[in-house]
Amino acid sequence: MARAVTPRRKTINTALAWAVGLIIFFPILWTILTSFKTEGDAIAYPPKFLFFDWTLENYAIVQERSDYMRYLWNSVVIAGGSTLLGVVIAVPAAWSMAFVPSKRTKDILMWMLSTKMLPAVGVLYPIYLMFIKLGLLDTRIGLVIVLMLINLPIIVWMLYTYFKEIPGEILEAARMDGATLKSEILYVLTPMAVPGIASTILLNVILAWNEAFWTLNLTAAKAGPLTAFIASYSSPEGLFYAKLSAASTMAIAPILIMGWFSQKQLVRGLTFGAVK
Amino acid sequence: MGRITLDKVTKRFGDVEVIPPLDLTIDDGEFVVFVGPSGCGKSTLLRLIAGLEDVSDGQIRIDGQDATDVPPAKRGLAMVFQSYALYPHMSVRKNISFPLRMAGLSQEEQNRKVEAAASVLNLSSYLDRRPGQLSGGQRQRVAIGRAIVREPSAFLFDEPLSNLDAALRVGMRLEISELHNRLATTMIYVTHDQVEAMTMADKIVVLQAGRIEQVGSPLDLYHTPRNSFVAGFIGSPKMNLIVGAEAERRDAATIGIRPEHIAVSAESGQWKGRIGVSEHLGSDTFFHVHETGLAEAITIRAGGEVALRHGDTVWLTPDESKIHRFDRDGLRIA
Repeated sequence: MARAVTPRRKTINTALAWAVGLIIFFPILWTILTSFKTEGDAIAYPPKFLFFDWTLENYAIVQERSDYMRYLWNSVVIAGGSTLLGVVIAVPAAWSMAFVPSKRTKDILMWMLSTKMLPAVGVLYPIYLMFIKLGLLDTRIGLVIVLMLINLPIIVWMLYTYFKEIPGEILEAARMDGATLKSEILYVLTPMAVPGIASTILLNVILAWNEAFWTLNLTAAKAGPLTAFIASYSSPEGLFYAKLSAASTMAIAPILIMGWFSQKQLVRGLTFGAVK
Repeated sequence: MGRITLDKVTKRFGDVEVIPPLDLTIDDGEFVVFVGPSGCGKSTLLRLIAGLEDVSDGQIRIDGQDATDVPPAKRGLAMVFQSYALYPHMSVRKNISFPLRMAGLSQEEQNRKVEAAASVLNLSSYLDRRPGQLSGGQRQRVAIGRAIVREPSAFLFDEPLSNLDAALRVGMRLEISELHNRLATTMIYVTHDQVEAMTMADKIVVLQAGRIEQVGSPLDLYHTPRNSFVAGFIGSPKMNLIVGAEAERRDAATIGIRPEHIAVSAESGQWKGRIGVSEHLGSDTFFHVHETGLAEAITIRAGGEVALRHGDTVWLTPDESKIHRFDRDGLRIA
């Protein structure tokens, strides 16, 4: 039986939910508003909320001063590339763990996850030196590799969870029908796991897009993605809030739009398998 | 051709031997049913034949060829699963043609075979639907269609009807039997339902704890069960198994008498008892008779119109020629 909710209680809950939502969203909203202010309005006290001189000049200046499109392209390549490479490696890994588990499978999964608990800065030095040796510093391919490795445990875990939901009998049927391992993964498993794979890709693109530690430390001028683009505006010459906000808005806009359109898929993906 | 021979086939999961060394021959064109209680190893045995499980010891030969280490796809067998195991993202047409596609047949040939199978199975108007849009019976037909198009040397059925409702089960049972008559291909069928086994099989293999208890035709098993387990398992309602004085009087540890071989009378007979539950099926009536001093309850089968009811005192007389005698180890005494 559904639990009875009185109309009053429902109103309160709705208001509360909106309040929490707005608090979470407020910094982003404030950043977007500030990006349309003049530098004077941006630091005005008391703060101006909506009634100020709306201007686009910050965007013009930002675009003029730094090549937004180049950073954007770097972000796309790094986030997209690391995710795709990760998925290609993780699909067979998750397949074997889900369908031909060994005694150690659970341990391997836990061990993979445990690497996420290591503070990244702990391995910065060795990785930095390795990058210098291998000539990967400030290259997109270097970042693709690093971000792929960082997110691989999450990709494997997510795919493993989705694959576990697929009845083994269907794969056995494919085997009886003459499918080779490759055909089995390509024609049966992957199409059935599409919703799960899509959610995995989505989440990992977002994670890779927002990743700042490695992208800031391993890039300079050439391969810097949008995180480096934002960071370049908090410069020693002083903080220009309006310009910094414009840069931030431009940096987060693509992922925000993508997230908005795919939120249904994302929520479904994250709760997949939670209930039968 | 589809002659399958199991030679000392053994299966162990870790230290647990689920199938002790087992020999069995299935002749070409035979309809063989593996039957037994849950966990008796019948599905495992089928999966060993299919190649979905590795044999721990022994040899499986298909048409004389050693197939023990041959991968499932190369054994020339087709399997129908309990859950149907259809590909949910493919249309019925794609599902049925999948094995043909894997075999690299031309599109034309695929279509021809799919349409032929669909017409045999009354699926022609559903070819463009997805499995999710079909009823349980239709899904099972698609699964059978997918098996037929391969023209396998043998069909393997793993409890294919247990997900269907009772009425549909009877219908599909007939369809599968008809299919066997038409194709005359070897079929191995796993079920825990002894009615399915009795009605469909040329040969029944009764299994318990991974061991073969008896192999024989349905009527063989019914008339001359080799031991008390087979006696109790085959036949519905179950055979009455009686121990004690009545058994000793007949020089046996246990005697068995089927419900249909006991006469019931309101006036006189050998054993006196009181009717407990009576189950009226219309054509037959099953009475559970208590207080006979023989066993907890004796089941008897009478005609549909017998005027006896709960609480009545009755007299039972077994047909002496139909009594089965078993020794202390449960083995039949000839």
